[in-house]
Amino acid sequence: MTAHEITLTVNGEEVREAVEPRTTLVDFLRDTLGLTGSHVGCEHGVCGACSVRLDGAVVRGCLTLAVQCDGHKVETIEGASDSGAIADLQEAFRTRNALQCGYCTPAMLLTAAELLAGGGVPSRAAIREHLSGNYCRCTGYHAIIDAVEAVARVRAGATS
Amino acid sequence: MNDRDLPAGLTALDRPNSYIGRSVARPNLARLTQGRGQYVSDVVLPRMAHAAFVRSPHAHARIKQINTDAAKRVPGVIAVVTGAELATVCTPWVGVLTHLKGLKSAPQHAVAVERACWQGEAVVAVVARTRALAEDAAELVEVEYEELPAVTDAETALDKATPVIHPDLGDNLTFERTLDAGQVDKALNESDAVVETTFLFGRHTGVTNEPRAAVADWNEGAQRLTVHHGTQAPHMMQNIFAKHLGLAEHQVRVVTNDVGGSFGIKVHVYADEMATVALSKLLKRPVKYVADRIESFVTDIHARDHRVKARIGVTKDGRITAFEIDDLTGIGPYSVYPRTSGIEANQIVNLVGGPYACPNYRARARVVFQNKNVMCQYRAVGHPIATAVTEGLVELAAAKIGIDPVEVRRKNLIADEAYPCGSAAGLKFEKLSHHASLDKLIAMMDYDRLRRDQAAARARGIHRGIGFAAFIEVTNPSAAFYGVGGARISSQDGATVRLDAQGAVICHTGVTEQGQGSEAVIAQVVATSFGVPLDRVRVITGDTDNTPYGGGTWASRAAGIGGEAAWQAGKALRANVLAVAASILQAEPKALDIRAAAVVDADTGRERIGLDEVARIAYFRPDTLPPGFQAELMATRHYVPRAWPFAFTNGIQASHLEVDTDTGFVTLLDHWVVEDCGTVINPQLVDEQIRGGVVQGIGAALFEHCLYDAQGQLLNGNMADYLVPMAAEMPDIQVGHVVTPTGDSEIGAKGAGEAGTAGAPGAVMNAVNDALRPLGARSITVMPITPGVVLQALGKSE
Repeated sequence: MTAHEITLTVNGEEVREAVEPRTTLVDFLRDTLGLTGSHVGCEHGVCGACSVRLDGAVVRGCLTLAVQCDGHKVETIEGASDSGAIADLQEAFRTRNALQCGYCTPAMLLTAAELLAGGGVPSRAAIREHLSGNYCRCTGYHAIIDAVEAVARVRAGATS
Repeated sequence: MNDRDLPAGLTALDRPNSYIGRSVARPNLARLTQGRGQYVSDVVLPRMAHAAFVRSPHAHARIKQINTDAAKRVPGVIAVVTGAELATVCTPWVGVLTHLKGLKSAPQHAVAVERACWQGEAVVAVVARTRALAEDAAELVEVEYEELPAVTDAETALDKATPVIHPDLGDNLTFERTLDAGQVDKALNESDAVVETTFLFGRHTGVTNEPRAAVADWNEGAQRLTVHHGTQAPHMMQNIFAKHLGLAEHQVRVVTNDVGGSFGIKVHVYADEMATVALSKLLKRPVKYVADRIESFVTDIHARDHRVKARIGVTKDGRITAFEIDDLTGIGPYSVYPRTSGIEANQIVNLVGGPYACPNYRARARVVFQNKNVMCQYRAVGHPIATAVTEGLVELAAAKIGIDPVEVRRKNLIADEAYPCGSAAGLKFEKLSHHASLDKLIAMMDYDRLRRDQAAARARGIHRGIGFAAFIEVTNPSAAFYGVGGARISSQDGATVRLDAQGAVICHTGVTEQGQGSEAVIAQVVATSFGVPLDRVRVITGDTDNTPYGGGTWASRAAGIGGEAAWQAGKALRANVLAVAASILQAEPKALDIRAAAVVDADTGRERIGLDEVARIAYFRPDTLPPGFQAELMATRHYVPRAWPFAFTNGIQASHLEVDTDTGFVTLLDHWVVEDCGTVINPQLVDEQIRGGVVQGIGAALFEHCLYDAQGQLLNGNMADYLVPMAAEMPDIQVGHVVTPTGDSEIGAKGAGEAGTAGAPGAVMNAVNDALRPLGARSITVMPITPGVVLQALGKSE
């Protein structure tokens, strides 16, 4: 299969690689770049474990092809962690035990961060709705909702 | 301080700076939130190849011919291997246990030989440089099948006209158990009301977020096999890999780092994982296999496919007179190795009626072979079925005689003062707290107000229901579970603690971390019993080269069994360290204690010497210690429950929900749980185990169903068609506790991992029926309770 050369920015670093057209973004991130924080759960767009940021928007890494990212910016949990941008959310997940096996967590954090970026304190129902494309088999979601809600409250308090 | 010298009223757990009962955060979480975990899916080794499998599209077929030529010609393909070829490296297995009398099964191979017995069974293995290449090549493998009649309906599996799947076994009966306690017929005859119904439970599966995964690395030079394996039981797998590959156990190392969800799915032997290991041995290089989601649905064990005909008798004043069940379950073509597929039905027989003081109980369970994916133990094995049957019957009986469902439980739950006692099925209870739990639950949910609200809503045409489910849970199993049946599954577990050269403590434990928080709980226990702050304890799990022999994680045993071993090991190391400190300080060991990482005077708490200094002297200046004195800064202890075969826990759940009688949709409003797992080491972790378990049970109650057609084809084996609980549909879950420690161990902890799953389906089913009963609906005794089921009950749909 013919490989295509793509150039993109991943976590702030410029990357140039040859990829097959069929290679998904998440496989490219994991297998080619070694960014194993993005996880593969269902490979058909339902579980959400592969979610990453593409030009700032959260997308499914299994439904996005690597070649589609040519010239774009991708951010993964590794980048979001090292920048410190979601440190409060990560700490809230830790102290609230909002993760058990942790497999859904990187994508859950990025998805929750997307909601929180809108500002304000969303209702629990709104948080549940926003996270409803991210499957967690371990927690039953209650602790995740608690953690996201707690961060929203702190951030709202800090900005008001 | 010696534990026996504690002031009155305190227990061994009340040591200074105790972490027992504290919600400390798990030490491994920051790593996981940053994407810095290491799951088996992430493991990459030098020269590693990838396996993919050609799987049978038929439920039952003879493999007439396999042509691998085209596949082998694909550049990058390393090997294409048939079942017969792989059988030269890996022997077949048979999943039986001798204590399940009469249980039989047939030899199962890593890759099918001559015949495929379910849709999804691996028929050919392809190994290539990448997974994508392996899958490309797998598509080029030509397999000629001769379709055979598929046995799919458990109801007719034992009929004479039905083909026998394994002719050597004589029939399709895997296992049968009967039980007859008390005088069931007499009790039913003397009852004022008898309710008889049939419960149907949908076959469902675990859907771990990380699929099953293994990276096997046979090192021909070292003659050693290392398997990075997403498993709950590394030592069990070490034994099995060794046994079937013809190796000694010491030649096999199983490493389990992070595991993306287990729930019982990852405690079994899977043919494709055995094949992966065998392929590594065959090819003398690392081979990786990660099931994709479609493969997971047709190969991860399924569970809970049961049809239970059931009866309950009750007097008009609400006394339960008898329970009777007839359970039928189809478990696929093989009993799963090594735990067998007879345990689930056996548990149902054991557990039905378990919370109640009712001596009359008759049960029959039949387990049959069929040409579907295999079934085996999944979180809360048998409990959700037994609880839903028992509690469904109890609420149907209460409705029939017109008494409140809480009242019928108050009248019949075993009295909190009655222990120790046994059940009609022969279970032995050390001490349970059904009534205290019920009282607490009623207070938490404000039951009387809820009933008033329900009536008010009903008047507005809104149909809400309240349902309960009392349950018992098998935890902390002794050898009675598997060991006595001949399986090399360890019920004992070990912990080794050692002082490092700076005075911190390293604990190696045989129990494993699947996300439930074992590492935190073990660290809390060791920090407390030894006497250091939590950040001075590091826990090592999941490595057969580096942990004491143990069973791993299953049957809610990690805290209760692994925790007790760690507690004892921490105490033993404390004694050893105090011996060193005493020789340094020229003091009596019993006058000293370890608190907050320092050796102190036991009486005054005055610091005498830091642990870092004790370690420095013992490791680097042992010449300054008295002649003949040898410091022993590592201690190992093991534990297995001996006084009771199982530490039963108990609890009760309640569900509050709303049913849309036009669409059949169920909206969950509230869920409450009170459970009693004895000593609570980390309240937050216990609560989260309960919550996660409840949602898994809700999945079974409302959504999850592996739908097969009559030919044995799985119709919805993907996450778009197989529904799992997502955040938007789930309620907040309130959790309360009653604490009745087990006297079998010093820490007194029982298990908590399965209680949520055990009770939730029954509570939800009862709540739906409570909502619909005044509408004249037929009682729903089918799961999952889909909108279609609700509309059928209301007579609004065929």
